[in-house]
Amino acid sequence: MGTIIEVKDLHLWYGQKEALKGINLDIQEHEITALIGPSGCGKSTFMKCLNRMNDLVKDCRITGSVKLNGIDIYKDMDVNMLRKNVGMVFQKANPFPMSIYDNVAYGPRVHGIKNKKQLDEIVEKSLRGAALWDECKDRLKTNALGMSGGQQQRLCIARAIAVEPAVLLMDESTSALDPISTAKIEELCLELKKKYTIVMVTHNMQQANRISDTTCFFLLGDLIEHGPTKQIFLNPKNPKTEEYITGRFG
Amino acid sequence: MDTAAAKRFSHPAEKIWSAVFFICGMIAIAFVLFITVFLIISGVPAIGKIGIVDFLFGTTWASTAAEPQYGILPFILTSVYGTFGAILIAVPIGLLCSIYLTKFASGRIAAVIQSAVELLAGIPSVVYGLVGMILIVPWVRETFHLPDGANLFSAIIVLSVMVLPNVISVSETALAAVPKEYEEGSLALGATYTETVFKVSVHAARSGIASAVVLGVGRAIGEAMAVMMVSGNVANMPGLFRSVRFLTTAIASEMSYSSGLQRQALFSIALVLFIFIMIITLLLNFVFKRKKD
Repeated sequence: MGTIIEVKDLHLWYGQKEALKGINLDIQEHEITALIGPSGCGKSTFMKCLNRMNDLVKDCRITGSVKLNGIDIYKDMDVNMLRKNVGMVFQKANPFPMSIYDNVAYGPRVHGIKNKKQLDEIVEKSLRGAALWDECKDRLKTNALGMSGGQQQRLCIARAIAVEPAVLLMDESTSALDPISTAKIEELCLELKKKYTIVMVTHNMQQANRISDTTCFFLLGDLIEHGPTKQIFLNPKNPKTEEYITGRFG
Repeated sequence: MDTAAAKRFSHPAEKIWSAVFFICGMIAIAFVLFITVFLIISGVPAIGKIGIVDFLFGTTWASTAAEPQYGILPFILTSVYGTFGAILIAVPIGLLCSIYLTKFASGRIAAVIQSAVELLAGIPSVVYGLVGMILIVPWVRETFHLPDGANLFSAIIVLSVMVLPNVISVSETALAAVPKEYEEGSLALGATYTETVFKVSVHAARSGIASAVVLGVGRAIGEAMAVMMVSGNVANMPGLFRSVRFLTTAIASEMSYSSGLQRQALFSIALVLFIFIMIITLLLNFVFKRKKD
């Protein structure tokens, strides 16, 4: 196992407001890295730097470097190529208003795969990968918006892994789901980390504790502490980390 | 009236108001019913006398000849071709314009274009006809070396400009209503912005865009004044560079001096036009209903 993402002295401003104040972090391959912290601490902003979704935000300025497998993603990589390699699952499930099949095939099609047989294989593999195949193999042509919330979120995971990314970003992806759907997705994450690297933002301390390998605690745009999840939760070095995870603020 | 509504309207003043609203609602329905009944009563007799096949599929309209002939196929085809042609031009331009307005233009440019589009929609059709007569007709005559530029082609051009604002504003509304999450989802998969707009946004807005097309068809098929001024107004079977007459202009151009069966036949044309518009309206309702499902 090695470092897949290397962040050095990352600063980010929204207009005049400095939202990230010099973040340094190495993210390890085939691990689940959990980003925790109170709302507005910069954890989501930080995650969106990893696939440059912040480019969409007006007046957003970034300095420092983010390297994916040694390549600077802001200088030496095409943004569409980056996003193919760093997939994202959003807080609210956002399947396209198309069939289940077309949702999963969307990414591969955009990246130039037209062969029907090849697409069929990718769709099946991705849906299996997202533990959704058995539930929807008989209705691949039906509209994805007819699925339950948990199924929709797993479909979004299937859609993301269909383009074979190296890293999967998950932005509070279970916060809108019921406990059973959440458990399914957590289980899925543990399976997925064998093939992918996962970075997740979560407000759920138990979730971070249950499934992540590394935990990073953000506060007011600073990365206060990061380390193995067991150590962060059992024996945090910074008193602020302890206060947060024991629920005394945030 | 159910009990809740009965309770709400128990006060005398409430009762009066509810009656006023009821009457106003009925007036709208009454007009529609009145026009429908009127058109059927005044349109059917001539069809009976001429024969429905001769009327709808006859290729010659000679209402003032010694042996009058009342075939309206030239008008039907002209209206269909004219509308189709106008839609063929206006929909691609209108759609791309609305995509530009909602997805690419900066706020200030979008506002300028939007007010221009609103202005375009508000220009009276006789003004379109006038501009067409003075600019388009001579231009068509010279460009295609024709004896006369007043023909189907000129009418299509004028109609497409008239339909454009309808197409733009309706599809713009549909595109603006596409949730941002769809677009973010596509971008996050590595699609370019243009791919995202065409494959996700337009796809998500397709029922709204379909209703824009149907609305455009409705406007084009019902237009009379402008096309009368630029189409030559001769009852030929349609050809792109022939002078033609539309269903609407057939009625408008003869009504003032018609009498007897000729006059009745004009009402029959109105009935045919009415049925066309009915079909389009039903289609529109169908599209909207599907959107809700």
